Amino acid sequence: MSYIELSNVSKSYDKQRSVLNGIDVSIEKGEFFVLVGPSGSGKSTLLRLIAGLEEITGGELHMNGKVINHLPPKDRHLSMVFQNYALYPHLTVEQNILFGLNAKKVDKKEQKQRLHKTAEMMGLTELLKRKPRQLSGGQRQRVALARSVVSEAPLCLMDEPLSNLDAKLRAHMRMEIRQLQKKLGLTMVYVTHDQVEAMTMGDRIMVLNDGKVQQVGKPIELYNKPANLFVASFIGSPKMNMGRAVIKGQQLVIEESLFIPVKAADVIDIPKNKRLIAGIRAEHLFKGTSEEKTHVLDVINVEQLGNETMVTFEVGGEFWTAKWLGQQIVHTGDRVPVQLSVEHMSFFDADTGKLIKAASSLKQKEGVAI
Amino acid sequence: MNEAAVSLGSDAAKLIEKAKKQRRTKNLIKGLLFLLPSLVFFSIFLFYPMIRTVYLSFFLTNASGAPTVFVGLDNFAQIFSSPLFLKSLKTTFLFVLYTVPGTIVISLFLAVIANEKLRGIGMFRTIFSSTMGISVAAASVFWMFLFHPTMGWLNQFLSIFGVEAIGWLTDPKWALLSVSISTIWMNIGFTFLILLGGLQSIDSYLYESADIDGAGYFYKLRRITIPMLSPTLFFVVTVTLINAFQTFGQVDMLTRGGPQNETSVIVYSIYRDAFVNYQYGTASAQAVILFVIILGLTLLQFKLGERKVHYQ
Repeated sequence: MSYIELSNVSKSYDKQRSVLNGIDVSIEKGEFFVLVGPSGSGKSTLLRLIAGLEEITGGELHMNGKVINHLPPKDRHLSMVFQNYALYPHLTVEQNILFGLNAKKVDKKEQKQRLHKTAEMMGLTELLKRKPRQLSGGQRQRVALARSVVSEAPLCLMDEPLSNLDAKLRAHMRMEIRQLQKKLGLTMVYVTHDQVEAMTMGDRIMVLNDGKVQQVGKPIELYNKPANLFVASFIGSPKMNMGRAVIKGQQLVIEESLFIPVKAADVIDIPKNKRLIAGIRAEHLFKGTSEEKTHVLDVINVEQLGNETMVTFEVGGEFWTAKWLGQQIVHTGDRVPVQLSVEHMSFFDADTGKLIKAASSLKQKEGVAI
Repeated sequence: MNEAAVSLGSDAAKLIEKAKKQRRTKNLIKGLLFLLPSLVFFSIFLFYPMIRTVYLSFFLTNASGAPTVFVGLDNFAQIFSSPLFLKSLKTTFLFVLYTVPGTIVISLFLAVIANEKLRGIGMFRTIFSSTMGISVAAASVFWMFLFHPTMGWLNQFLSIFGVEAIGWLTDPKWALLSVSISTIWMNIGFTFLILLGGLQSIDSYLYESADIDGAGYFYKLRRITIPMLSPTLFFVVTVTLINAFQTFGQVDMLTRGGPQNETSVIVYSIYRDAFVNYQYGTASAQAVILFVIILGLTLLQFKLGERKVHYQ
């Protein structure tokens, strides 16, 4: 039995506006589980259901094999870090950290011990006497983490804890939270709208959209084999390039402007004459030379990032972006040769959005890597 | 050439200095223009009467209020030796003591229970704040009926339990208490509304975080609600205190200072001296004393209270 299990959990307000629908997922002990989705997808609501801050309107929530739908938050043995940290502005850092222990009437001596251990771990020893408004954003974040660590709850819930920090600090805290979770053996449920955070931190990721689970899996799985169009476009930056496609005879036609020759073996599982969406990752849109090329495309934008170059092309009505290593000399308006092949393409059903066939090249590479 | 540059430099500096000065004068005039309306009104209705009051407190006056003889501090000496004034001073302090804590505690209780998210809570909020829309005169008439010795609901209610009728407004033991009760009732609306506003501006995340930490209701009330509400509480206490010292309407309507001057608070005593006895000099002296008391208490409150207030 898994540590936390949600079976057919749903949430609606006023019995009509449904926010979450039929959520089935299990979270293992010691796992870093990330809930990711765009704003309004219901990910924060799901976290609050697990925390017990909102009532579940349908389905069951199990913890350690027992139903806990009815338990108040304090009996669920968990800690939570809020997006705005929820620090008490009138209390010092020390009082903030000890607030929960005081409420639970933990022995004073033990309080002190835990406080010092936690403060040292989080690098807060110097700041214990300060009020939250005298702290920087990063320090406040650390106090919020310390409050959750000091409770010694086995499960920690985090609701977009890094969204108020600047990019540099965010990258640093990502690492710190990950290390903390591993060190303490916490089970973590982490909500974010940032797919980079999800990819870099999670052991497993659940992608939510419109209150429905889109896909659950390891980060690389989600990247390589997105279950549907939503996951394909949500996971990965820049997003997967997509275009309407159809197979006509020996040719794959994308957006009625790209013609790619296909062998029968490549498209054996793809139905003919069906409306498809073809997708290709930016890093698989290779640069060609005047000798080695499959197509020539119009450049409409170039972004120089120093170590790599993003080149945007127009393909039919869609914009496709290629990610090329190094500093490429390309200008807007150029016609540039590229190499495209079917083996790097994923195919989705244009009507249902479901994945029909993932890029076949990845399987070979995985095999080589192992 | 060097000198030329220096002189040019100092010329430019002078020019900049002059432009700055001009801008400052312009800003000052603009600011004063914006302040002018309130300055004019304050001067006519506040500053002039205040100065005139202090001036009058050193004089004897004729029946129309014109100063006649300068008597220095005699007016003050006279009122402090008058048992009536000393009694009104004592009554005022007792009245403040009855009404201020009562108003705050009851309003806070109502605000806390009206802050729960329940069905139909809006109706209760409206009811609790409704006394704000009732004038002192109307409320006094309403309470006069309640306090009526024979027909009043209060005594009729007590008679159910076999309790003897109480002379709410006629018994010297009860009169001040009765006026205080009606005053608390009148004050609740405003205080409740301000406190509810204060409660609603407390971030709900704080309570959720406390819920997860396992804090009980009263622990949350003591450690989160009261400290976070302290700026609002401080404001409400200050305003209610000043209001209590200035109470006049309900005393005039309900008891006219009686029985046996038991409810003659200081403002009522001023009114009687000035407009019944035509003693404008002593009335002004009392007004000055009231002003000093309120000013002193408010300053004291800021000094002591501000330390315990947590501004966000």
